Amino acid sequence: MTAIDSRTGETSGAAKWLLIFAGVGALVALLGAAFAHDTPFQTACFIGLSAFILGAAILTIGIANNSFRIDQTYYQDGVIRAGVIASLFWGVVGMLVGVVIASQLAWPSLFYIPGQEWLNFGRIRPVHTSAVIFAFGGNVLLATSFYVVQRTCKARLFGDMLPWFVFWGYQLFIVLAATGYVTGVTQGKEYAEPEWYTDLWLTIVWVAYLIVFLGTLWKRKEPHIYVANWFFLAFIVTIAVLHITNNLAMPVSLLGSKSYGAFAGVQESLIQWWYGHNAVGFFLTVPFLAIMYYFIPKRAERPIYSYQLSIIHFWALSFIYIWAGPHHLLYTALPQWAQTLGVTFSIMLWMPSWGGMINGLMTLSGAWDKLRTDPVIRMMVMALAFYGMSTFEGPVLAIREVNALSHYTDWTIGHVHSGALGWVGFISFGALYCMVPWLWKKKAMYSNALIEWHFWIATIGILLYIVSMWVSGITEGLMWREYTRQGFLAHTFVESVSAKHIEYVVRMFGGLLYLSGVLIMVFNVWKTIRSPQLSITTSTTPTIISPTGNAATATVLPAATA
Amino acid sequence: MTAESDKHGAPQIEKDPVTGTDTTGHEWDGIRELNTPLPRWWLYIFYATIVVAIVYWVLMPAWPGLHGATTGVLHQSDRANVEVEVGKLKAMRATETAALGGSSLQQIVHDPALQRYALSLGAATFGENCAACHGQSGTGSKGYANLRDDVWLWGGSLEQIQQTILHGVRSGDPEARLSQMPSFGRDAILKPEQVSDLTEYVVHLSHRPADAAAVARAEPLFKDNCATCHGPAGLGDQSRGAPNLTDAEWLYGSDRQSIHDQIWNGRGGVMPAWGKRLDPNTIKALAVYVYVNSGGQ
Repeated sequence: MTAIDSRTGETSGAAKWLLIFAGVGALVALLGAAFAHDTPFQTACFIGLSAFILGAAILTIGIANNSFRIDQTYYQDGVIRAGVIASLFWGVVGMLVGVVIASQLAWPSLFYIPGQEWLNFGRIRPVHTSAVIFAFGGNVLLATSFYVVQRTCKARLFGDMLPWFVFWGYQLFIVLAATGYVTGVTQGKEYAEPEWYTDLWLTIVWVAYLIVFLGTLWKRKEPHIYVANWFFLAFIVTIAVLHITNNLAMPVSLLGSKSYGAFAGVQESLIQWWYGHNAVGFFLTVPFLAIMYYFIPKRAERPIYSYQLSIIHFWALSFIYIWAGPHHLLYTALPQWAQTLGVTFSIMLWMPSWGGMINGLMTLSGAWDKLRTDPVIRMMVMALAFYGMSTFEGPVLAIREVNALSHYTDWTIGHVHSGALGWVGFISFGALYCMVPWLWKKKAMYSNALIEWHFWIATIGILLYIVSMWVSGITEGLMWREYTRQGFLAHTFVESVSAKHIEYVVRMFGGLLYLSGVLIMVFNVWKTIRSPQLSITTSTTPTIISPTGNAATATVLPAATA
Repeated sequence: MTAESDKHGAPQIEKDPVTGTDTTGHEWDGIRELNTPLPRWWLYIFYATIVVAIVYWVLMPAWPGLHGATTGVLHQSDRANVEVEVGKLKAMRATETAALGGSSLQQIVHDPALQRYALSLGAATFGENCAACHGQSGTGSKGYANLRDDVWLWGGSLEQIQQTILHGVRSGDPEARLSQMPSFGRDAILKPEQVSDLTEYVVHLSHRPADAAAVARAEPLFKDNCATCHGPAGLGDQSRGAPNLTDAEWLYGSDRQSIHDQIWNGRGGVMPAWGKRLDPNTIKALAVYVYVNSGGQ
């Protein structure tokens, strides 16, 4: 654990507690594996067992050598560097699987190998969605939230080694979820596919995350809490509530993988889409706005446009978003009054969403010239443009008459990807391009030209993706609703599928371009980290907590003023 | 440039030189905030969306109470709308529905207007229910019968087609079409070399060049094992669903490997009993659709 970057300081007090936890965890996993009722559960137990034993071994060696030392004058940056690398790794995995399933939709017999059911679309589609949202997005959020909360609070992360537990615990959650999907373990709830034991594990990790974040805020040396931290906190708290409620379930056996949900029928649908929509709201929007609120003013070296706007749109967004879920269930068995509330709250969500875009874009006033010279700024501005577009498209799609055409079609897929690829992806890449030189103490990224290439290839990829999905979505929507004069369906479902073959090929190609951009980024990050000539001794980004914090980025905490 | 706020003192408000706006006087890691008021256009559009929502709540079913929800002044209801639409559709088709119900299959086929209606209904129904197996155009694929030719496993008359659709094939329905070819190879009824000889014999039956010695060896085997169903000349038997082995139509493929596999495994597919899912009129229309498009038998 050399990644803990405290060269001096006190011996970690938490290491032995984590060792005990790992020991207990290993014992529970061993018992689970020994008495498991089904193979997937046993597999999960063996994965948990391996993780706990590995963790215990590293902790034992570290404690024996007294190498876990906590220095409160330094920022905890090791865990952030790990988060950056994990983000890139899972990003490539998740987007590669995305290209595979897009190819399967265009050419259904591709990768169809009898006896290899784990390769089926139904098994690996949740691998794609979970990998890009929770593995890539989640690791970006762990890394950026840990970075931002320390710098804006002038305090080292709270909880001794707890941040490392959050990081590795979260990776274990990802592995448990993904291995479950490919072996057929699923709750069948979109974005909440993992079964009860994986959900419980995530709950433990998430509570630890909340403790680390709240604890850091608690010991801050700034009088006020910066806006980015409100957004991160709203994300952590709301995701906890959503995750626990939507996953309430009774396991068939404590030694088996299957469980039954606490809700049934239309109640289950409503809870599921209350969760599903707020996964978009509080996982893919709110904390990425937090990234925007730190990295855009930092990179542009301009003050945030409007403090008032940040307050009003934060609270409006938080209160209104939570109601919008029923717009996923228009024209269904859901009582119509609930549908109406979903529609109207979606419409009212438009301006609160745009508040973040305005605050981000207008922060650049006085620095617009940087759009020409700095592809990282351009990437983050493009992210805001896609954010603005998809948060306008969302309320439009929630209108009943539009939804009657768009629902169940590829238009929805295009909508979610303009948000995911354009907004979440680009704001994440922007933050990573900022953080890599800061965290590894380099002058700059290895190649600015490669960032330019990443920007353009990915932008073209997104446009191909969303335009092809608009075309195919509206095509199939119109085909499904076309009747003959006698009231018979004019087209069959299969006809609507074959009608959009070309669009599916274009979509796959757009995804391939986007993945290529990320591979360029991985190469660029690798070269940056590995280039000694880029190294700097006196960092512009402090690693020591400085008393004034004027330097652009610090890794050392500012010493407490006397 | 720095507007550093002292933890114990008042924040230092400064004027941003670019915009001329005051800062709030706070600073975090070098980031400051301007005290720009809310953009008016943003605020007014936000208010407008709230007004739209309130108007919508007044018009439509919206807020729940202890005894149901508000119904809205329009008394709009999706459920009622659907019932009205379905009612209109039924009224529009009332004449044809009655005619379809009161006519025999033969009458439907011979009445041009009624046949046209039955074909429309049949085409829509076929596309949503049958095309998944028999193909969009009904030409079938390996294991799924071609419905566009004049070769029929279970009979191609209107009534026979209707019967097959109603009760299905090996569907579990008591009146289902039922037959089972034995798995001659897998269940060791015949030796592997006998299955190979029979394969040659079946190739020979369909008028293709085959190994004469194997054909001669297989002749008694065919008589003992196959002729009961497929007939001594291999012409098949529709009452048992036994295919004609002398023609060019093959359910499981015509090449030697496919024929060998079929003798070895004795595969037989399942077709659902549609009488449990579709109403009698729709099944009539479907039978007419299949019959007319194949030319019938």
